[in-house]
Amino acid sequence: MTRFVIRRVVQGIVTLWVIVSLVFILFFMANPDPARLLAGKSATLTEVASIRASLGLNHPIWQQYLSYLGRLVTGNLGESYKLHEPVTTLLGRWVQVDISLAVGAGIIWLILGLSVGILAARRPRSVWDRSATVFVLTGLSTPTFILGLLLLYVFFYVLTTHGVSIFPGAGNYTPLLTDPAQWARDLILPWLTLALITAATYARLSRSSLLEVLGEDYIRTARAKGLSERRIVYRHALRAAITPIVTQFGIDLATVLGGAIITETVFGLPGLGENVVSAIGREDLPVIQGIVLVAAAFIVVANIVVDAIYAVLDPRVRLS
Amino acid sequence: MSLSPFEVSSAALVAEEDQSAEALDAAGGILGRSPLRLALARLRSDRMAWVSAGMILLMVVLALIAPVLSSITGHSPYNPDLVNGTDTFGQPYGPGQAGFLLGTDNVGRDILVRIAYGARISLLVGMLATLLATVGGTALGLVSGYYGGWIDALLARLMDAVLSFPYVLAAIVLAAVFGGSLPLTIGVIAFFSWAAIGRIVRGQTLSQKEKEYVEAARSIGAGSFRIMFVDILPNLIAPVIVLGTLLVPVAIVFEATLDYLGVGVGPPTPTWGNMLADDQGSAGFGAWWFWVFPSIALLITTLGFNLLGDSVRDALDPRTERLFAMRRKKVAGGGLDASAGAGTEPLSGGTEA
Repeated sequence: MTRFVIRRVVQGIVTLWVIVSLVFILFFMANPDPARLLAGKSATLTEVASIRASLGLNHPIWQQYLSYLGRLVTGNLGESYKLHEPVTTLLGRWVQVDISLAVGAGIIWLILGLSVGILAARRPRSVWDRSATVFVLTGLSTPTFILGLLLLYVFFYVLTTHGVSIFPGAGNYTPLLTDPAQWARDLILPWLTLALITAATYARLSRSSLLEVLGEDYIRTARAKGLSERRIVYRHALRAAITPIVTQFGIDLATVLGGAIITETVFGLPGLGENVVSAIGREDLPVIQGIVLVAAAFIVVANIVVDAIYAVLDPRVRLS
Repeated sequence: MSLSPFEVSSAALVAEEDQSAEALDAAGGILGRSPLRLALARLRSDRMAWVSAGMILLMVVLALIAPVLSSITGHSPYNPDLVNGTDTFGQPYGPGQAGFLLGTDNVGRDILVRIAYGARISLLVGMLATLLATVGGTALGLVSGYYGGWIDALLARLMDAVLSFPYVLAAIVLAAVFGGSLPLTIGVIAFFSWAAIGRIVRGQTLSQKEKEYVEAARSIGAGSFRIMFVDILPNLIAPVIVLGTLLVPVAIVFEATLDYLGVGVGPPTPTWGNMLADDQGSAGFGAWWFWVFPSIALLITTLGFNLLGDSVRDALDPRTERLFAMRRKKVAGGGLDASAGAGTEPLSGGTEA
């Protein structure tokens, strides 16, 4: 187990190094001299030169790259070109939004997806199953931003114009510690947007996984012993069927933590996703680098955790 | 022993085959049918396939007649027209007003004409990106599975990396660096889609290459290239077609997403994604027709391809579970109910993306 973790962590660090280097090279290729852009149109040559010097952009590219990596190792992600704050501070602030998003949406999509999947698997080809497939198909075919716009339209615009202002519109976010009730109110529509679409995948996955397990011999044995159907499904079958769902859940959660770009853009939430879009718009390389690094790190970590959990849940899986 | 769904459906098909086949059957002869013809016949008898084909056809026709619509109505998809396209207060027209069937946007452009032009982009990107991803994924999957060793190790890791990367993030970074354009959009979507097909093809190739026919081909002196693409490939074509069909809606949503975020094809080209983005920012929600109609167009397209993919999967491999089943048109007595027990059959791993 320890060897497995160590090896996977080393692999993960290599992956992150490759990603960070790629982003660095890509942006250098696109714009070898960001100082000119940062200084603005009316800047004099000396102003541009001083900005260049202050950011270390006057050194050769390989030196910039090495010093960037050196700073990275010490946990220093640099300072935003435009916001004039350390990137780590910014990331720390933005990621709170994504944690709030991921926790709420994750709970909803897991419960919803699993319930629909189990309902469908227990009575294949019933009305429940048919309804579940309609749910899955709609979820798979609906782009996130359309669902977001629809929810905003119905629950914010239509309700508010009729004098019922329960749900706030786009651009509202209250930190949990400031006002928990307002926090939930601001986030309920983004949660639903993320959760409804993601739940479709979970419903399909849990249905097919559960159906597969229910066809196994040990389930027939359990039935032959006279166990109740409820006990068979929830105690025997679900335990084995849950493993692929755990894998999926880990990766999905990590993806949202690294920035739910579309949902954040639709609802104007100041998380990593919305900020990477605006950072790209203003060519704020340190911020882009930082967000890409954090997003990739979440996924790398999630992969390791998921594999470890997998082995715990299913003793047949050997970590190698 | 109950009939397998495959036997049931071919029995049903025999019943609906043309006169000559019945005559042959009556005479005791057996009409040989290739797997492809069987699959096509199954597809023809599938109502859901017709419904989905109709939805896709609607969009294809819309895309084809876009210039005609533009010239008949005299409304340009690109140029703002504040004189004719907005009322005396400068407000956009609602659906049906002043000769604009679906209304106008905030700069007076005909939404119907723009949706028709947007259909061209969506379908083009969807089809081309899928084609590229399917060809690339199949070729790399075959090579990876067939050769094994370090080639396989490298390609398999690459596929894992592509599949696990937050692709929207990667796509917007790439689009920002190289500037959004149609070829780049297609390239980016293809790049993040090929691995899903590659992984399935690799897995199938791993099992196919152990079969006797490969050994036979090798013993008569066939080279690796011939074995991979002439002998093995036809045996993988069914899952590849299914995956390809199901990839089209994913690519279309991907394109719309990039455009919605402002890093796709970009204005002034009308796309469903940038129509939705424009409209949210400028006019707010009062003008619901701004975003409802492009959304409906997008949903019809994605739903159509998803349903078609499901029907194709069913036609090519009737053992798999359907996502959305509709009763077949003509089912011989008992029909599909005979296979109701097959509900507990596991999904074939080969066609699960």
